[in-house]
Amino acid sequence: MSKIKSLDELRKIKEAAKASTDLRTTGENPDRVVLMVGMATCGIAAGARAAMSALLDEISKRNLQNVSVVATGCVGLCYAEPLVEVRVPGRDPIRYGHVNDARAREIIDKHIVQGILLDNAIIGREVPKGE
Amino acid sequence: MNNLRMHILVCGGTGCVSSDSKAVHGRFVAELAKHKMDKEVQVVTTGCFGFCEQGPIVKIYPDNIFYTKVAPADVELIVKEHVVKGRVVEKLLYHDPEKGTSEAEHRHIPFYKSQMRIALRNCGIIDPEKIDDYISVDGYAALGKALESMTPDLVVEEIKRSGLRGRGGAGFPTGLKWDAAKKAAGAKKYVVCNADEGDPGAFMDRSVLEGDPHSVLEAMAICGYAIGADEGVIYIRAEYPLAVERLRIAIAQAEEYGLLGGNILGSDFSFHIRINLGAGAFVCGEETALLNSIQGSRGEPRTRPPFPAQKGLWLAPTNNNNVETYANICPIILKGADWYSSIGTEKSKGTKVFALAGKINNVGLVEVPMGTTIREIVYGIGGGIRGDKKFKALQTGGPSGGCISNENLDLPVEYESLASVGSMMGSGGMIILDEDDCMVNIAKFYLEFTVDESCGKCTPCRIGNRRMHEILERITQGNGTMADLDELKDLGEIIKDCSLCGLGQTAPNPVLSTLRYFYDEYEAHVKEKKCPAGACKNLLKYRVLPEKCIGCTLCARNCPVSCIEGERKKAHVIDSEKCIKCGVCYSKCPVKAIVRD
Amino acid sequence: MHELKNADQKYAQLDEFIDALPEKDGALIMTLHKAQEIFGYLPAEVQNHVAHKLQIPASKVYGVVTFYSFFTTKPKGRFKINVCMGTACFVRDSQKVLDEITKELQIKVGENTPDGLFSLDALRCVGACGLAPVISVNGKVYGRVKPEDVRNIVEEHMSMGGNDDE
Repeated sequence: MSKIKSLDELRKIKEAAKASTDLRTTGENPDRVVLMVGMATCGIAAGARAAMSALLDEISKRNLQNVSVVATGCVGLCYAEPLVEVRVPGRDPIRYGHVNDARAREIIDKHIVQGILLDNAIIGREVPKGE
Repeated sequence: MNNLRMHILVCGGTGCVSSDSKAVHGRFVAELAKHKMDKEVQVVTTGCFGFCEQGPIVKIYPDNIFYTKVAPADVELIVKEHVVKGRVVEKLLYHDPEKGTSEAEHRHIPFYKSQMRIALRNCGIIDPEKIDDYISVDGYAALGKALESMTPDLVVEEIKRSGLRGRGGAGFPTGLKWDAAKKAAGAKKYVVCNADEGDPGAFMDRSVLEGDPHSVLEAMAICGYAIGADEGVIYIRAEYPLAVERLRIAIAQAEEYGLLGGNILGSDFSFHIRINLGAGAFVCGEETALLNSIQGSRGEPRTRPPFPAQKGLWLAPTNNNNVETYANICPIILKGADWYSSIGTEKSKGTKVFALAGKINNVGLVEVPMGTTIREIVYGIGGGIRGDKKFKALQTGGPSGGCISNENLDLPVEYESLASVGSMMGSGGMIILDEDDCMVNIAKFYLEFTVDESCGKCTPCRIGNRRMHEILERITQGNGTMADLDELKDLGEIIKDCSLCGLGQTAPNPVLSTLRYFYDEYEAHVKEKKCPAGACKNLLKYRVLPEKCIGCTLCARNCPVSCIEGERKKAHVIDSEKCIKCGVCYSKCPVKAIVRD
Repeated sequence: MHELKNADQKYAQLDEFIDALPEKDGALIMTLHKAQEIFGYLPAEVQNHVAHKLQIPASKVYGVVTFYSFFTTKPKGRFKINVCMGTACFVRDSQKVLDEITKELQIKVGENTPDGLFSLDALRCVGACGLAPVISVNGKVYGRVKPEDVRNIVEEHMSMGGNDDE
């Protein structure tokens, strides 16, 4: 560790350190976007771990502050594993199937950043909750 | 770069460590390694989450799941189910006893709902042993802001305008204190932090130091800059080994980064902090006694004036605040006095941390905006009285405070309102008492404490409190007279008026306030020789109801002094001469045939 | 801690600490903390030694030692049992736990068992109020203690006997 000699240097350390605590502050935010990755035995066998790593990598590269990736259990759609569900507060959840590394990055780029759904990868929308 | 997908936060506060949270942490590390997930999941030890009743607490991000009462044996399940498969472990969630439901996110748990965290903002979020964690949540940014863009005058002005008042008990405006120390002449000045949390049952300062030590260091440095001091001393109880250890680590890390030491952040401001261990004396919470103790002497208070701001440590101008007060400084500097003064009531600004303890469901540490009602704290956050008993009183301010009765439950918490009913804010201990607590006995308990802790320097406190204690002893033995009650009141007033320091001036409060609100209990002890709560042993009598007794002999077999006689299947009799009133027979009787009156 | 050290070595260790102090003014309490850590308690000889080294009257040392409850002039047992008598523990019946321990060990508060294995003290609040009533044995905290648990806790330590497990 070397000495911090100015406020700017302090800010730099803060930015670097933020990556390690962001997960916690984002988790506290009720408006965050949640990406649920099916991580049951079948999901992991089908490559969910690679999908999750790609999601995390893309989020950290783009420095997305309000998106968190959460592992979830089996949802029963085993034929379409690995599964990633995108939950934006106030909207219906969207579920994507057969998510490999490339598709995971596409989800971040298109859906999360640009707001465009990946129509060809959606595997049936969840029934909207009664309003 | 950073592909950590999950953080597991394990509470490392004293409460949770006492219930084995270190072993929980160790098991997480081992289990994650077993599943080869140690690269993607991080285990962090944090400061106190406050919800000590339900400890050890484990929190998982980003899912934001809050697990309670996690035993080392539960860790395997959490890793297998939650970490690997993403399935929340239902049985370890907080179970709402009122609604009968489980809550996964802490903000939905009633205990956290009406809280607002300023002083405790980082407790349970950051790793207190990592300065980078603190920096990532705006740590040392307030010091940077003050050094770069504020004059010392401006800093003092900001604290003044925020309306912050001392959190150690008396509630003196912090800005005025800083101003006095700033204006005092002297080349050498000191910043002192009072971490001698002596009020039994209050542990908020310990939690701040254990969970967020840098916030106190940073605030002391800001104070040093404002008043023109280059040296800080933290006076801390030797009974808090974990807090001392975390402070030591924090100071070393801050020095390494140059955030303490010479020419901080490239400015010409230098500031050093050292730790001074206390040695167990309640009176050292009084600021002048504390200064004597730092100087290595007996902790006896000094006569004021001169005040510490003029002649403090080694007779140099000294500013002295307690831990919680300092914990409020950085947010004020960063977010501004206007923001801070918008919270709370007209005369009491900001938030206050309380340690809830006693006969309440949710024992723990809570931080609420000033002005929150006592009812909300006891029934909303605290979850009501244990075992559905009846609320009797709330004690605030510890040995210096008083009891608040049922009729004042809707009182908003602020310095003035608490004083108006004969209690005080104090350092923030809140002890909840129920129908089984005898108020005379409680008053005696506190007075015993002050008699024990009086330093002996001034007569009213040294002898007066002892006399009061003797009278209370008489009353609880059943030998009191009505004249004793008047005597208690007179003596109490005199001690308050004549004592040298805060300890003596407040010592009679527990007695005076219980006399005021629970006079009937005192009367019952004196006139009827009865303790309505059944707590004063000498006033109790146990007897067997012959018509109910089934002669099972259980009571006779368990009596430690063999004072119960009777044949099998026949009614038993207690020899009240020999009875030591231990109550064993009363609790053992299967048919409730033994009564206490 | 190892009991192998003889008195001379202990004094030497204390002197080393005192000589390294940057400032002797105001260092009395700090020195006494160190001395108690080394010797386990502060008998008259140690107090005199400290007074001599710091060049202050022995009466001042004695005054400070007896003022603070943390310092003790008598040796403590190998297992120091502390019963919390803070308010939170008090209202959750710590007195009954204390009574049970006095009965079990046959000693009063402030005393040691004749074999030197246990000493008993009451202290004010360790800050683990959520676990009230609380007792601690050599710093290890036992929470939600019931009088009937006392025997087990005592026996657990008795079985450790003279073996140092720390």
